Amino acid sequence: MARSFGTAEFRFLLEAIPSTLLLSLGALAGGAIVGLFVAILRIVPSRPLRWLATGYIGLFQGTPVLMQLFVTYYGLAVLFRIQVDAWPAVLLAFSLYSGAFLGEIWRGSIEAIPRAQWEAAECLSLSFPKQLWYVILPQAARISIPPTVGFAVQLIKNTSIAAIIGFVELTRAGQLMTNATFEPMIVYPIVAALYFILCWPLSLLAQTLESHIDVALGIKQHF
Amino acid sequence: MSLLALNNISKRFGVHQALTEVSLAVEPGEVVAIIGRSGSGKSTLLRCINGLEWPESGTIEFDGKPFEPSPRRLKALRREIGIVFQSYNLFPHLCVERNITLGPTAAKGMTLAAARELTRKVLRMVDLEDKTAAYPQQLSGGQQQRVAIARALAMEPRLVLFDEITAALDPELIGEVVRVLDKLARDGMTMVLVTHEMGFARRSADTIVFMHQGRIWEKGPPAKLFGAPATAELDSFIDAILFVDPSARRRVG
Amino acid sequence: MNYVFEFNVVWDHLPELFEGALLTIQLSATAMALGLLVAIVCAYGKSAGPRPVRWLVADYVELIRNTPFLVQIFIFYFSLPVIGLRLTANTAALAAMTVNLGAYASEIVRAGIEAIPHGQVEAARALGLKRLQIFRFIIIFPALKTVYPALASQFILLMLSSSVVSTISAVELTAITNSLASTTFRSFEFYFVATGLYLAMALGFRAGLSAIYWAVFQRGRAA
Repeated sequence: MARSFGTAEFRFLLEAIPSTLLLSLGALAGGAIVGLFVAILRIVPSRPLRWLATGYIGLFQGTPVLMQLFVTYYGLAVLFRIQVDAWPAVLLAFSLYSGAFLGEIWRGSIEAIPRAQWEAAECLSLSFPKQLWYVILPQAARISIPPTVGFAVQLIKNTSIAAIIGFVELTRAGQLMTNATFEPMIVYPIVAALYFILCWPLSLLAQTLESHIDVALGIKQHF
Repeated sequence: MSLLALNNISKRFGVHQALTEVSLAVEPGEVVAIIGRSGSGKSTLLRCINGLEWPESGTIEFDGKPFEPSPRRLKALRREIGIVFQSYNLFPHLCVERNITLGPTAAKGMTLAAARELTRKVLRMVDLEDKTAAYPQQLSGGQQQRVAIARALAMEPRLVLFDEITAALDPELIGEVVRVLDKLARDGMTMVLVTHEMGFARRSADTIVFMHQGRIWEKGPPAKLFGAPATAELDSFIDAILFVDPSARRRVG
Repeated sequence: MNYVFEFNVVWDHLPELFEGALLTIQLSATAMALGLLVAIVCAYGKSAGPRPVRWLVADYVELIRNTPFLVQIFIFYFSLPVIGLRLTANTAALAAMTVNLGAYASEIVRAGIEAIPHGQVEAARALGLKRLQIFRFIIIFPALKTVYPALASQFILLMLSSSVVSTISAVELTAITNSLASTTFRSFEFYFVATGLYLAMALGFRAGLSAIYWAVFQRGRAA
């Protein structure tokens, strides 16, 4: 017996948004830790460590997110012999995925810092870790904000894939409502609109920040 | 024993031989000005002195101890040998005071209070005492370069290297920097400079080193090198410079 | 850990997996070609068209870039039939992939167009060439050459996202892996190997796209 799409159904969709956002935020936090690690590994003098980081990034950038979800979900089930909850599996998978992409973004930011800054810090007798901490990372962090915000948008969209393994976020809520109301022409465009409302302001923010940073970098690159 | 001794160092970049069998000794308190055309190897030579470049052959000794490529040894070396770069390379995200206190506190373990006191002292030497809270982007080129000098001095080095530090400055800002260089020379600082400032070289240097095609072509006191160049290359170099640097013309003529 | 890995089950079904990979390649390649066409048309419209066209393209791009691919697929497959347009699963998948790639690629191509030195366009105009001729002979080829790496990355991203079309039962590698995993209960092994196949395809596409670059842009052409 089909329901018609009304306020209750719309509220069901709205109530799924916190799950989407929570998953995105959690993955961003987990990914930030992994990503910082990966970014630094990409620039250390040790070649095997660099290759490790490159391989990690290549693995997550060269495989579908859906496959990463499946492998993590069933991999965890294999390792712990029980049916894992959706949340830990999905959070872990998306954190590892974010870590790879953030690591690559942040490596780019670090490499955008002119070699001269490294030299100046080195010639003040600072060790490599101290060069990173006091001189390079603070500057790289500023440059990395626009692409990181851009990636956050990508992440919010990709959380929709969790719907495929039954995790209830906005897209899954849309599927459930479509099944209940038989109104795909109403439900899915509304779901798209809700994602748009979440993502578009962030996209605009990323673009604005990008142009500010370019101006600032332009002044710095004068030397 | 010389403070710094370079023995027959050679350095190649790919197919380009930048330095060929260069030997040089620097005594404490000596001011050495390295001059020459671009591509003569001046900057490469300077960068070998604090380990930014590494010669393939020959040895470098500081205080009698030879250079080793180990990070620990390089760190120790850089506490004694400071450098000021052509593009100043100040840290843009830190204020002037923090730019200067960073080295002493993070690399030498000085307390922040002591470092701040030291900062005031070195900023006084470069005439910028009132700029502690400013950020590099708020300063003129000449002011930034003087902060860079102060930053190097704050490490209390026994030798300071200067890599064409006025070459990137607008002409009207050069004077304030050269004035600081003269003061440092008078105060007995051991300095090795790659420079085009012939006026300073004539005035304050003890030894002029003229480089040509990766070798030391002539070496001696300013009066001798500028007044009676022994080689055609130095002669034509001075000739070329005279057309550019009026202050040198007044001295040499 | 009591789980015993049984990869031999996977090896027995390798032919089916390879068939799935082939279907993914075919689907992706078609979407790449069509999507590139869409992108070129849109990029031209955005840079040289009248204002309504520019707005239309901008809206199209923003809409696609701020909504999840999965939701776009659902709209093509589930929502469109309501207004009379019923597509097969594979056709809907192809349409969604084309529309999705078209949006992202049009921004990339547009960047390439704007990188053409304006002097060249002025010289062409002085020679009396009309706008479309200028585009065809002076602009599009160098533009594509400049942005080729970014386009190639976008193409590979598309191939990887194709795994999501398995949700509407389009036939490609993920769908086949799903059915094999569920019938043999060897989920982890199948998804693990399928992930490896995607990685191999990603590397293969990168090599193939490099070869195309060499063949089209670098064989002694005076571009």
